[in-house]
Amino acid sequence: MHIVVCMKQVIDLQQLRIRPETREPVLDGLPLMLGEFEKNALEAAVQFKEANAASKVTVLAGGSAKLTDTIKEALAMGADEAVLLIDPAFEGADAGGSARLLAVAIEKLGDVDLVLLGEGSDDEYSGQVPSRLAELLGLPQITYARELEVLDGGRVRGVQDLEDVLETVEADLPALVSVTSELNEPRLPPLTAILKAASKPVQQWSAADLGVSEETVGAGAAEVEVLSNLAPEQSRKGVIYEDVEEGVTELVKALRQEGVLDG
Amino acid sequence: MSTILVYSERETLALELLTGARDIASARGASLAVALLGEGAAGRADACFQHGAETAYVAAGSALEDFQTDTAADALAQIARQADADVVLVGSTRRGRVLAPRLAQKLEAGCVTDAGSLTVQEGQLVTTRLALGGNTLKEEVVTSPRGVIAVAAGVFEAAPGGTGSGSVEEISPDLPPARARTVERQAKESGAANIEEAERLVCIGRGVGSQEDLPVIEALAAALGGAVAGTRPLAYEYEWLPEDSMIGISGKSVRPQLYVAIGLSGQIQHTVSVRDSKVIVAINKDKSAPIFEMADYGIVGDLYEIVPLLTEALGRGD
Repeated sequence: MHIVVCMKQVIDLQQLRIRPETREPVLDGLPLMLGEFEKNALEAAVQFKEANAASKVTVLAGGSAKLTDTIKEALAMGADEAVLLIDPAFEGADAGGSARLLAVAIEKLGDVDLVLLGEGSDDEYSGQVPSRLAELLGLPQITYARELEVLDGGRVRGVQDLEDVLETVEADLPALVSVTSELNEPRLPPLTAILKAASKPVQQWSAADLGVSEETVGAGAAEVEVLSNLAPEQSRKGVIYEDVEEGVTELVKALRQEGVLDG
Repeated sequence: MSTILVYSERETLALELLTGARDIASARGASLAVALLGEGAAGRADACFQHGAETAYVAAGSALEDFQTDTAADALAQIARQADADVVLVGSTRRGRVLAPRLAQKLEAGCVTDAGSLTVQEGQLVTTRLALGGNTLKEEVVTSPRGVIAVAAGVFEAAPGGTGSGSVEEISPDLPPARARTVERQAKESGAANIEEAERLVCIGRGVGSQEDLPVIEALAAALGGAVAGTRPLAYEYEWLPEDSMIGISGKSVRPQLYVAIGLSGQIQHTVSVRDSKVIVAINKDKSAPIFEMADYGIVGDLYEIVPLLTEALGRGD
């Protein structure tokens, strides 16, 4: 069984700063890393391979030229090979464009039995790509998987984590599964694995290699226009007490005035 | 004439969306329709008419009883085409935020999920959603001829309106055989209260040192007439609280009148899910904890000292 794990290169959001005068996020120069949710997907794939339920794990990732570096972590975690989608034509893609790009790449890979992704990306968390990709590839999907197993007879079984219910769903392979961070604890690869990763095959596909363009998968094909993307204006009162007794008295008074204690 | 089509598997959310869509429909000169799927769907049409739906598209087939994203999206795409809908509003539940993009792909439409607002500006439908891990608010507009927008619960408040009556269109969607099926459904271990409905919430984080200390917190919640919720470590990793009381990106989003954060630092994965609360109170011993930056009121100090004092003061009614 061939598993493809789709991963996204994201900025380190812990280090994101906001320019106070304009409320703009400062994105330049931030370290790039693999998304956390996708690491759960990769961990699951590697565990299937270790249990002989999968024969090959391919990581498919899009991002900047620095992705050749970022992807080493995925190879060290146990992916057999990586395919990197790097081209200026892919920049400014919306969720639909990203999904179309991944779909074309997966079709080029051929013989894929299971596609794994995170339930959402660390930065956008719109959760659109798994559903769009499943539709483009014509696959059944299991979502919010917090448990996942490969069954005999070409099926996969996952437990979907919804608000109030856990739902066990079986899907026929080929299928697409998006996973939650509850699924597993992604491994920290040991040094030996990191060294070994350097010799694993890494392919790089451009827009020309895939027969796509900025007009079909990039900014030119975006169906959603971003009007602004700023830190929200802080409208909280920010009244902070450092004296406990005073704080308790004043807080109760304030909550009554706010009218939030009744009703 | 354009049509706005509303769908949510959660009936109350469908009514909220219909209420919000009424104004948008009149601003755009559009008609308003609702899609109802599954057994007993027809029985929900009247409530929808009372909330402004002019047409209810009812697909009651048994194939839709087991909710699979693929099948539900297929049925809705057929309804959207029949209704000639240019805007589809989906309730952004966990199911809905997966369904919306699959439906959008079928309709070759742009999509926004988790919209925290939806307004008409110069004839365009403008949405906002949190981005960059919750650090920014993204204002977007769908530019494709059709758009699918998943709107969060609580954005609109359900209220009856419109003519109060409408017509039912029975639909028998053409659905391919299901390739996925639900084999088991198990309710999560649940607490006494539904934290999504509580008007006052006390939410605890790692600053609470032991499960033995929960009665102190519960006493405060009782004095407030509210419920207890927790961050991911407490409600999932330590299992001190029932899992359905977890707030955060992998749990629930809430917007109560009063949200009291106790012993939690305010990591973005948590705070994105509470930021629409009316009043936010933080209690933390670390003055530099990020939660104070988003609080209306805060007390810096030992929660074991503050919480009992606060409970007592509330009980005294002073």
